[in-house]
Amino acid sequence: MDVLYFAWVRERIGLPREQVETSAATVADLVEELRAREERYAAAFADLSALRVALDQELSEFDASLDGVREVAFFPPMTGG
Amino acid sequence: MRISVQEAPFELGAESDAFAAGVAGAGAVVTFTGVVRDADQGGLTAMEIEHYPGMTEKALTAIAEEAMKRWSLADALVIHRHGRLTPGERIMMVATAARHRKDAFEAAEYLMDYLKSRAPFWKKEILAGGGSDWVAAKDADEDALKRW
Repeated sequence: MDVLYFAWVRERIGLPREQVETSAATVADLVEELRAREERYAAAFADLSALRVALDQELSEFDASLDGVREVAFFPPMTGG
Repeated sequence: MRISVQEAPFELGAESDAFAAGVAGAGAVVTFTGVVRDADQGGLTAMEIEHYPGMTEKALTAIAEEAMKRWSLADALVIHRHGRLTPGERIMMVATAARHRKDAFEAAEYLMDYLKSRAPFWKKEILAGGGSDWVAAKDADEDALKRW
């Protein structure tokens, strides 16, 4: 699936998007897989309360299922306006 | 209803006039404009606004459609810029038109409250000293949604 990162999450990980091969059942499982990869991922996902997630461009929750999801995006709370 | 996510500046007068001309029967037109202000201690060189292409348009459309449902609106407009902006530049505007002012005012506030916390934009302040900071979301912005 496509995994996208925005704002300081993108800066910490060092790339805006990537293709991830995963069998993670939920967003939280995917986060655990990513955290285990490298320190920069662990740093980006250190505090989930500081993060939001969107599944196929709809805001979602970390316990949500990834079944059928094509695009996951991680970012900090939004600051528009 | 029109949603525009754009890098280019917009002409406030032209946008307001065109919006008002399209809702000739409405008795109230409310517009709000967001402007890049200087950092709290001064010294803001620029504001970089990042967004999530695709999701941004969807989120803004959903927010505006909800406003059209909740209030008796003739029309609504949201323009939001992204990219590098300097202090004094306009970041965004919303406009609402209704038969009566209460609907137009409330819907404009609703649009603003929701797009601050639910539209995928992030702001980074570029400071004159060379540093930069991502603008943190405020609890007050999240709390503002509770009144709706």
